[in-house]
Amino acid sequence: MNGLRSWIARRLLLGVAQTGAVVLLVFALTEALPGDAAVAFAGDQPDPARIAAVREAMELDEPAHVRLADWATGLLHGDFGTSLTSGRPVAAFLADGFGPTLLLATLTVLLLVPVGVGLGVLAARREGRLTDRLISSATLGVYAVPEFALGVVLVSVFALRLGWFPPTAVGYGTDLLAHPAALVLPVLVLLARPVCSLSRLVRAGMIEALAAPYSAQARRYGISGARIRYGHALPNALAPATQQLARTIDWLLCGVVVVEALYVIPGLGTVLMNAVADRDIPVVQGLAVVFGLATVVINLGADLVTHHFAPRSGVAA
Amino acid sequence: MPNSPSSHDSYPGLRRRGFLAAAGGAAGLGALALTGCSGSGTTDHSAAGGESTPRRGGRLRAAFAGGGASETLDPHLGNLFADAARAKALFDKLADYGADLSAEPRLAEKWEPNAALDRWTVTLRQADFHNGKPVTAADVLYSYRRIADPEKAYRARASLEPIDLKASRATGERTVEFVLKRPTAELPNVLAAFGTYIVPDGATGFDRRPVGSGPFRFVSFVPGRSTVLRRNDDYWDGAPHLDELEFVVANEESARVNALLGGQVEYAHELNPATGRAHEKAGSIEIVRLRNSAMQAFAMKTDRPPFDDPRVREAFFHIADRKELVDGALSGAGEIGNDLFGKGYEYYADELPQRVQDIDRARHLLKQAGAENLKVTLDTSAVATGFTEAAGIFRDQAARAGVTVTVRTGSKDSYWKDILDSGTLCCYRSGAMPIESHISQRLLTGSTTNATKWQDKSFDTLYQQAQSTKDKAGRDALYGRMQRQLHTRGGFLVWGFGDWILGTARSVRGVAREAPANTLDWARFDKVWLA
Repeated sequence: MNGLRSWIARRLLLGVAQTGAVVLLVFALTEALPGDAAVAFAGDQPDPARIAAVREAMELDEPAHVRLADWATGLLHGDFGTSLTSGRPVAAFLADGFGPTLLLATLTVLLLVPVGVGLGVLAARREGRLTDRLISSATLGVYAVPEFALGVVLVSVFALRLGWFPPTAVGYGTDLLAHPAALVLPVLVLLARPVCSLSRLVRAGMIEALAAPYSAQARRYGISGARIRYGHALPNALAPATQQLARTIDWLLCGVVVVEALYVIPGLGTVLMNAVADRDIPVVQGLAVVFGLATVVINLGADLVTHHFAPRSGVAA
Repeated sequence: MPNSPSSHDSYPGLRRRGFLAAAGGAAGLGALALTGCSGSGTTDHSAAGGESTPRRGGRLRAAFAGGGASETLDPHLGNLFADAARAKALFDKLADYGADLSAEPRLAEKWEPNAALDRWTVTLRQADFHNGKPVTAADVLYSYRRIADPEKAYRARASLEPIDLKASRATGERTVEFVLKRPTAELPNVLAAFGTYIVPDGATGFDRRPVGSGPFRFVSFVPGRSTVLRRNDDYWDGAPHLDELEFVVANEESARVNALLGGQVEYAHELNPATGRAHEKAGSIEIVRLRNSAMQAFAMKTDRPPFDDPRVREAFFHIADRKELVDGALSGAGEIGNDLFGKGYEYYADELPQRVQDIDRARHLLKQAGAENLKVTLDTSAVATGFTEAAGIFRDQAARAGVTVTVRTGSKDSYWKDILDSGTLCCYRSGAMPIESHISQRLLTGSTTNATKWQDKSFDTLYQQAQSTKDKAGRDALYGRMQRQLHTRGGFLVWGFGDWILGTARSVRGVAREAPANTLDWARFDKVWLA
């Protein structure tokens, strides 16, 4: 147990370092983008005097390392800084955008696990038969459809033609739970690809485990098929699936930009898109910190789960 | 970030992108317009036919592309169409533009210049702010001084530049005397300029409870999401028909169309030509095309090779097949241009012959200029509809005249600044504004956004002359001369004027169709009703 604890501590330290590196990288990349917040603000009226005035007011005339140091100092005190374009605290931006994104991500994961695992198990049990072939080809096909295209198709069929769901969440703001129907299509789009990859992983892992010598041995001992499948084979299949799930959650949290834009859901993805277009570095940085920490924590969790299901596979620190 | 809060207070809503291409104090494209403007009370041909008497009541929801979480209701900070439409609902300007971009009185009841055209007396109409206080000369001066504050960067500051606000004063409760730095015959254009809204004396914060004198009162505002307004029953121009108006933000065009088709909004701003065509005949929604809303051009830098030779510029004028550009780059949603800004606007030189493609003439001119086998780089970017397409089409057209055009695609977010001083040839776009504003902002030696580097003393003199000519026919002649000069040897190859396309639900009536982007009747919701 002690070993595990020191392993977790090492992983957390590493995670903090990784987050720091991500933040530095994001800062450097944003600096390298053409134009700054003042230029972006001036838009089609690039009067040089006006750009200079805006730049001065935004304190963009300070050298990059001074601005980064100021921001990092604030961060150590829990202050995410102030948005360049609006003057509002970055923390408020993040808090506003976090709700809808978290809601989408949570709903997706809650549905993803039973559906993905269920389909995978079903396909593995019927390996090579019609059910398996149906599930396999369907998941492969859906996986190949880009989110944007899928989103557009779902809207035209289920919202505009059949009228079952509202086509967008426009005007609902962050209070999405009050309009659950508006969540159906976005969650479907978010689910589509992860369900496919998850079920295929589970299927492959289970088939492999069922064919492994230890399953054959268990069968020779007369252990029931169900127990072998769910007590022995499934946990082995779940280890890689958990890793995949962790990556999916990262992806979900990182905005799901496409889905948010398509369905007008004001989440973190929208905040990120606007902030990059505005060259609003403090907001971009704040998002990098949040995403970095979330990624570290989720992957740590996934490693722990893997460790639990398949201790022999070891955990790479 | 230890930025002093004060420095940020001055920018409670700095925002970019926006208006794009619209440039300038008067700028903007887009447009829809509701009818029945001043006086007559008649509505023009509104959508869905079956004109009836306006019906009172209901809430109209309008979807615009927006600026995200950093949006503000400060009418002087707005950059985006969404800002302009909201500001128009909440506030008033002294004047606004008619369909031909001439200034019409709004809060100003009348204006009267002195003989030298450097002092103007503006009389305000009787109008009240939403808090019941009358709109006074002090409010006007406060608003203009706020916009012109050199410490800030409000968009309309450049437009107000002709006015000496230190010397200007209130000569009565409702009369303002504007003292000008030089004779300015087109002062009303200044009073109508984009973003010159009148706010109450001393007003600073606008996001909590903005008080204006416009047709709608503030109810609620969540940046980047929704703004709800309610009818102002005491509006001086007649109370709106709608009970409530809600602006919602959807940046993705497909989301705006879907929301409209799905009945979530009744009005969707800024649709693309393909959407327009798809739904024009389908009948489930109404498509409104606002003509002449966006000038589309190539800008040649006239101060550097190869375009410092007027023969090369003329050759390029002859290279362009304008119809092909409109069909290809704007999907046919527009009409061809004649190398001049402002087709259909007041003072437009429509007597000049329409330029047509003439490859032989182009080759001949290039040969004369010693510019055979010319190679030029054309800067473009995905910053506006049709830009990259137009660049590709023009490249092929130029090849027929032996000119090798290399298309270079630049960053969207810094495009306008990048093309201002660098490069030689670029894609350019502009929203509607009076021809006078286009000239003063882009074509004078001292203009701040002179993308063609057109610097011509005789042209400057003509402009000044026009500004000190009181009689309209005299100004007309002078603008004619300026435009002939630009038509022969200017730097703007204006190949087309794009429509601004919007969609409304079939129940919406009273949306004006003869209103280019950014004129009074564009996005004007006080004259709209739900049938």
